[in-house]
Amino acid sequence: MSILWTILILLSSLVVGYGIGRFLEGRHFDSLRERENGFGQRVPLLNIERPPMAEPPPATELVLGSVVISIDYFKRFLATIRLLVGGHLGSYETLVERARREALLRMREQAAALGATMVVNVRLETASISKGIGQNAVGSVEVLAYGTAVLPSPSSAFNAETT
Amino acid sequence: MIKTTLEYVPGMTVVRHLGIVQGSTVRAKHIGRDIMAGLKNIVGGELGGYTELLSQARDEALSRMEMQADAMGANAVLNVRFSTSSVAQGAAEILVYGTAVNVE
Repeated sequence: MSILWTILILLSSLVVGYGIGRFLEGRHFDSLRERENGFGQRVPLLNIERPPMAEPPPATELVLGSVVISIDYFKRFLATIRLLVGGHLGSYETLVERARREALLRMREQAAALGATMVVNVRLETASISKGIGQNAVGSVEVLAYGTAVLPSPSSAFNAETT
Repeated sequence: MIKTTLEYVPGMTVVRHLGIVQGSTVRAKHIGRDIMAGLKNIVGGELGGYTELLSQARDEALSRMEMQADAMGANAVLNVRFSTSSVAQGAAEILVYGTAVNVE
């Protein structure tokens, strides 16, 4: 009887994970695409050290963006099978891609709110905050994006510090 | 306090290097968030509670680093880097470090 229950719970988790997970992921990708197009032209992100300008910028500010995203049950199940045979883990690829794009966008949104013209020396940092064993593992990833926002005038830096 | 990921402060010169400063904090998630995360684990998506937890931890680490830099008499921290590691199941360590300097 208890085995039946276990199988039932496993199956329903898989079905719910597949259905809702797919829907949520699709919606997240749509929102990423939309926001990237909105902000893309306004605040370019560069990972070079020095701002490409003749004059040194009047002010700079540290900006951050971070997100923790979890994978759905169905994909994690697929990944577990995949781990036996090896090869490319597509389900985890979309997870880290979503997290990275979201973190960069949040950093960019913070920079845009400060009125920055660009963000230089952008760094990405990835960590998995809770590694578990077996079925109880939370397959989640944290991505932090940080960089230096280049501000057009010192006054905007002052405002950022006071608020 | 100027904090930057650059190796210099634009428009200013470094007059004195004071050495490395760092701030760190270890945070664990609480049970309520864990239950929510357990549910999210089935459908996937952002774990808002964890994002918030980590950004609070990061602010804490930043302010500890700033305190240390202040104590050394610095007015800027250059080349700031962040690092995250999990020290135990369900706990995360956030480390932020940089070079404390005097700029003019």
